[in-house]
Amino acid sequence: MTRPEDGGPVGRGSPGGQGGQSRGGQRGGSAGDHGEEPRGGPGEGPRAGLGGQSPEGQFGGPAGGRGEPTGGQPGGPQGKRSARPEGPSGAAGVGVRMDAPARDATPARRTRARTAPSGGWRVIAGKELADNLLSIRFFVLLVVLGLAAVAAVSTAASAIRNAASAASGSPSPFLLLFTSSPGQIPSFVALIGFLGPLVGIAFAFDAINNERSQRTLPRLVSQPVHRDDVINGKFAAGLAVVSVTLVAVTAIVAGVGILRLGITPSPEDVARLLVYLVLAVVYLGVWMAFAMLCSVTMRRAATSALVALGVWLILSLFGALLAGLLADVIAPVGANPTVAEQVHNVQTEHAFSLISPMSLYTESTAALLNPQVRAVGLVLPQQTDQAVASSLPLGQSVLVVWPQIVALVAACVVVFAIAYAVFLRQEVRA
Amino acid sequence: MSATSKASAKPAISCRNLTKAYGHTTAVSGLNLSVGRGEVFGLLGPNGAGKTTTILMLLGLTEPTKGTVRVLGLDPTKQALQVKRRVGYLPDAVGFYPTLTGRANLRYTARLNGLRGAEAEQRIDEVLELVGLSGRADDRVSKYSRGMGQRLGIADALIKQPEVLILDEPTVGLDPQAADQVLATITSLAADRGVTVLLSSHLLTQVQAVCHRIGIFVSGSLVAAGTIDELAAAHGGRITIEVGVHGGDPSDILRRLDGVVDVRRDGDVFLVGAQRDVREQIGQQLGRAGFVLVHLRQRPEELGQIYRRYFSESDHDAA
Repeated sequence: MTRPEDGGPVGRGSPGGQGGQSRGGQRGGSAGDHGEEPRGGPGEGPRAGLGGQSPEGQFGGPAGGRGEPTGGQPGGPQGKRSARPEGPSGAAGVGVRMDAPARDATPARRTRARTAPSGGWRVIAGKELADNLLSIRFFVLLVVLGLAAVAAVSTAASAIRNAASAASGSPSPFLLLFTSSPGQIPSFVALIGFLGPLVGIAFAFDAINNERSQRTLPRLVSQPVHRDDVINGKFAAGLAVVSVTLVAVTAIVAGVGILRLGITPSPEDVARLLVYLVLAVVYLGVWMAFAMLCSVTMRRAATSALVALGVWLILSLFGALLAGLLADVIAPVGANPTVAEQVHNVQTEHAFSLISPMSLYTESTAALLNPQVRAVGLVLPQQTDQAVASSLPLGQSVLVVWPQIVALVAACVVVFAIAYAVFLRQEVRA
Repeated sequence: MSATSKASAKPAISCRNLTKAYGHTTAVSGLNLSVGRGEVFGLLGPNGAGKTTTILMLLGLTEPTKGTVRVLGLDPTKQALQVKRRVGYLPDAVGFYPTLTGRANLRYTARLNGLRGAEAEQRIDEVLELVGLSGRADDRVSKYSRGMGQRLGIADALIKQPEVLILDEPTVGLDPQAADQVLATITSLAADRGVTVLLSSHLLTQVQAVCHRIGIFVSGSLVAAGTIDELAAAHGGRITIEVGVHGGDPSDILRRLDGVVDVRRDGDVFLVGAQRDVREQIGQQLGRAGFVLVHLRQRPEELGQIYRRYFSESDHDAA
C-alpha cells in the first residue's frame, strides 16, 4: 500500500509559482479551523438553563398557572432563539427549523417561560459519544489500528537505529518514525491514510438510518430540538471519537518509538505532530461526512456501509490510475512527446489525483511531517538547481501545503453540508 | 386570571383547510378540525387515511402544503420548538434504543427537554409508575415486550409534562388487557390533569371507550366529526337495543312501541332498531305483558355501523 509520495520528500513537485509565496492570498479564506466543529452549534451558549421556571404546577390544568412568565425573562426565549447562528453554508435556507421570528413576541408571553434546553446538539452528541466509546466497533478499531501502527513504528524505529549515521543528518529523527517505511510495512501516516477512512466510515455509516430502523427518529425529532441538532450532534460525537482514537494511537506509537529509539521529540516535533493530528481528523472527517451522507440517503445500514466502503476502496486503490487515464485523455502525450506536453500531462494527472481526499492528505502530511519538503507536486530539475537543502519552520511547511489543507477542510464541510441539507428536507416518516 | 381564561377558551388544536400533498397523491385534503382544551379527541380511520400525516403536521414535523395549523395558539411550522416543548408525542410503532435500559431511554428524552439531575429522575420515576413499568425500568429495552415498549412510549411522551398529548395508534399490537391499561391511563390523564389528548386509531371500540369526540377520516378527508350521539344522529339516529326475555316472543309488543323501527331476532336476543333510546318503555311494557326481562342493553358498536356506513359511502364515491 505504499505510495510513491509517502516518505519521499521531493518525489514530484510542481513548477512555477507552486511554492509558498503565491498562496498567501488564500490564507484568509474559509479554512479557519473547522476541524472540530464545522456546524454553527456552539453559539448557543447564552440560553439560561431552566431559569425562572417553576417545575411544579405545569401539570395543573390546561391553562392554570401557565399564564404569565414566572421568571424574570419576559418574552425571553425568542430573542435568544433567533440569535442562534445558522447552520453551515447554503443549507441554512432549508427552512424546516426556522422558529420564532420577532413577530410572535406577544404569544410568547403567554407561553411557558421555560427556556430551551441548552443546545440540543450537545445532549445528542453526549449520548452518541457514550454509545460510540462503549461500542464494540470502537474497541476493535482501536486495537487493529493500534497494532498496525505499533508494527509500522517498530519497523521504522529499527531501520532508523540501524542507519543511525544516516538519520543523524535528518533534522528530526522523531518524525521519521511516523513517515519512513523501510520494509514491507507502510509508514504510520500511510497507514492512517489508508485505514483511517475505515474509522471515519465506521462511526457514521449508520448514524441516521439506524435511528430510522429502530424507529427512534420520530421520537427524537419530536423533542424540543432543531432537526439539524440531530445530525450536528452525531457528527460532532463522531469527530470526537475519531480524535480520541487518533490521539490514542499516536500517543502509543510515540511512546513505543521513544522507547526504542531513545530520542525525545523537540517542541517543534510535537507541534508538527499536533498539526498533523488535526489534519488527520479533518481527513477522517471527510469520510465520516460521506458516510453520514450515505446514512441519510440510504435506508439500510448495510447498503450505506457498502457504498461508503466501495467508494473508499475505489478512490484508494484506483484513484491514481483513474487520474492517469483522465490525464491521458485531456492532455495526451504523443509518440514523440515534447517536454511541455509531458509536463502538462503530469500536471493534469496531479490535479485530478487531488480529487481524492487521500492525495490531499498524503501531500499535506509529507510537508507537515518533513521540514525538508519545500514543494509538492512536479518539481523540475531546474527548479531545484542550486537549492540548498535546509529545513523549513512549521509555519512555512504549512504554507507549502496550504491549498491541500484548505481543500481537505472544504471537502469535509461541503460533503457534510450536502448530508445536512438532504436530511433537513427528508420526511420524518420512512 | 383573565388572560388564563381567555387562553382556555381557545382550542388546543385547530386546523383550517389543512392540506398535504406528496407529489400527485393527496394525503390530507381540506381538513378542518378543532379540539378544545382538556378534550379527548379520536381520529378514526383505516390505515393510510392520513391520520399520521395530520399528526406530523400538528407537530411541525412536516410542512402543510396548504392551510393553517395552530397548536396551543402556535404555528408548528414556524414555532416548532415551542410546540414540541409543550406537546407530547407517541409515534406510530414507537422505538427505543435497544441497548439502553428503559430508564436510560427516558433520561435521554428528559435531557433533550432540558431536564437534569434530581428533577429529571423524579419525573422519570413518576411516569414509570404511571405506566406500571417501575419494576422493569432497569432492564434493557431489547428485553421488553411490545406492550411494555408501548407503555414506555407513553411514559416518554409524558416526561415533558405536556399540555397536549398526541398518540398515534397507542394500542396497536397490544393484547386487550394491556390496551385497557393504556386507555385507562389516557382517560385519567385527561380527567385528572386536564391534558388535551388527540389519539388516532383504527379500532372503534377503543376510540369509543375513551374519546369525547371523534373524527372519522377517510382517504385524506374528515368525513364526520362530533360526539358519538351526534354522529349517530347525523345518520338517521338509528340505535340498536338488545332485549332478552323469558316467556315467549315479545316482537309484537316491541314493534308497537313508539320510536321503534324494526325488530329482528338474533338467537336468543331480539334486536330492536329504534330512533332513540327506548329502553325504559321496553322494560315497562314487557313487565306489564308478563315477560321476564333478563337482558337489556344498547349495542355499543354503534360507532362501528357509522364507521362502516361512512366507508361504504366513500367507496361508492370512489367507484
